[in-house]
Amino acid sequence: MSGLSPSPEMAPPSASSAPAAFQRRSPVKVALWSIPITVVLIAVPWVVDEYQTILLAYGLAMAIAVLGFNLLLGYTGLLSFGHSAFFGVGAYAVAFMVKYLHVQSMELFLLAAIVGSGVVTVVFGYVCVRYTRIFFSILALALSQVLWSLAYKFFWVTGGTDGLRVPTPKLLGVGPAEGEDKIHFLTHRYYYYVLVVFVICVAVMWLVVHSPFGKALQAIRDNETRAQFIGIRIRAYRFMAFLISGIFTGIAGALWVPLNGLTTPDILNWQFSGEIVFMAVLGGFRNFTGPIVGAVVFNYLKTYAVGFTVYWQALLGIVLVVLVFVLPTGIVGTTKLLWARTRRRTSR
Amino acid sequence: MNLLETSQLTKYFGDTHAVDKVDFTIGEGEVVSLIGSNGAGKTSLVNLISGLLQPDSGKIVFRGADVTHESVYGRIRAGIARSFQIVNLFDELTVLDNVVLSIFSRELKTRAFWTLADHHHPIWQEAHDILLQFGLEPKSSVLAGGISQGERKLLDVAVAYALRPRLLFLDEPTSGVSTREKAPIMDVISSIVRSQGITAVVIEHDMDIIFRYSDRIVVMHQGVVLASGRPEEIRNNEAVKDAVFGPTHA
Repeated sequence: MSGLSPSPEMAPPSASSAPAAFQRRSPVKVALWSIPITVVLIAVPWVVDEYQTILLAYGLAMAIAVLGFNLLLGYTGLLSFGHSAFFGVGAYAVAFMVKYLHVQSMELFLLAAIVGSGVVTVVFGYVCVRYTRIFFSILALALSQVLWSLAYKFFWVTGGTDGLRVPTPKLLGVGPAEGEDKIHFLTHRYYYYVLVVFVICVAVMWLVVHSPFGKALQAIRDNETRAQFIGIRIRAYRFMAFLISGIFTGIAGALWVPLNGLTTPDILNWQFSGEIVFMAVLGGFRNFTGPIVGAVVFNYLKTYAVGFTVYWQALLGIVLVVLVFVLPTGIVGTTKLLWARTRRRTSR
Repeated sequence: MNLLETSQLTKYFGDTHAVDKVDFTIGEGEVVSLIGSNGAGKTSLVNLISGLLQPDSGKIVFRGADVTHESVYGRIRAGIARSFQIVNLFDELTVLDNVVLSIFSRELKTRAFWTLADHHHPIWQEAHDILLQFGLEPKSSVLAGGISQGERKLLDVAVAYALRPRLLFLDEPTSGVSTREKAPIMDVISSIVRSQGITAVVIEHDMDIIFRYSDRIVVMHQGVVLASGRPEEIRNNEAVKDAVFGPTHA
């Protein structure tokens, strides 16, 4: 993750009179590399099979959750083991809307997920941001487990371990066409819907982390005492970061549940929080794009590991251990490092 | 009128009287050195005034307002800033970023999450100018964790200075740097502080620096103020010689 000014390897110390910061990080430059990627993502349903498209849709939904999670870990220095709660609240908000209010509109689902996860995040955040490090992590985990147990025990409301079914939603007021195959709906219209929400979320998060507010979060992460002594209200900023993070994760839950067709208490469990942490580490939590890559790759990794062996959890565990030892900066961090080395070699 | 006044300011840590009923005043525009042997209570006094510690009793009045129970944030907004004995920087951000963040905070811009930090040109320009003043501009795009100790000390002061304080506490601004670097660092800090009319309190152990740069010296010993006066008065004060300098210095 770069700071406010250009990364040292990109811009050597300069003695010019104009601050280097003036010439950089324009949204136009970002668009130059993000537009081709978006074009590829748009083309996916037309060039790969339906199964792969659905996997990617899952990955994009999860990427929103991990982007939100990483606002806390990568930018604020807070490791949450409770993000399954916000994801689950987003998913259950949709399921409750369907079951109790007979709503089918995806836009209302998203609104409910934002409100639901926002309310839960405010409560969790009020308690959690008073603490840091292991205390923060454990508190977040403990609170998420409370929600998991509620979903598990109040089965007459939540469906218990059977969960709640979520049918295909109406997108912008339009449901699946008469006789349209559900898979076709999910791999085309719903996929594009997820993609649009994903692009909006990425743009919003990019703005947040590159805003003065985002820089204040990085300051808190780097040195809490100094941040306090330049006048940053640590707890208030952590709380805001927590709130944004939770809402992003809630939106992800709402997008995920129509793909899955069902929500169960499993997504509220700490193990699901662990998967979110895994995704961030896999992609690299010190980069903006790391969580996105991590979420998509993890989704494929888990799917194929489950298909490959019954000991898939052990396989993922080995991958995590190898990752920490060999790629501590994650896929994106390592790629950037190798790219920088290659550029240095070629410039000699 | 004094810029800062403490009356009967007290802080105990168990049986240790870190700050014991201290009456301490600073006039507008003064450069005051706070000296004393290790454990005399200098840093504790600064921590109390800057808000890092809460006093057990006593009162702190800054610019006529009681700030005794004010938060750190409130004191910074009132005009109190500080540097640290052990340098406190944002090591994973660049030198320029460190100063920019200070200005963003001063201007209450850190609340904005809907604009790009890069687009606040006047702030970047001001940060750049501050780095020029402190001689750190050539290192502006280097990570703060990657510059020398002397530069880190200067940057620590620059970050506090960027808040445009009325009162600036400098906690051992030359500790941990080579003897050769000390005078240049103090020259830079002193010229900026005096040219801007900032009131400064310097905690230092190097007596040459203290006598060279101070308008007034306050001597602390075992949590109390032992003496206060112009450098020459302190140099000739017998009680100070015994308690702080020792017989060889005299």
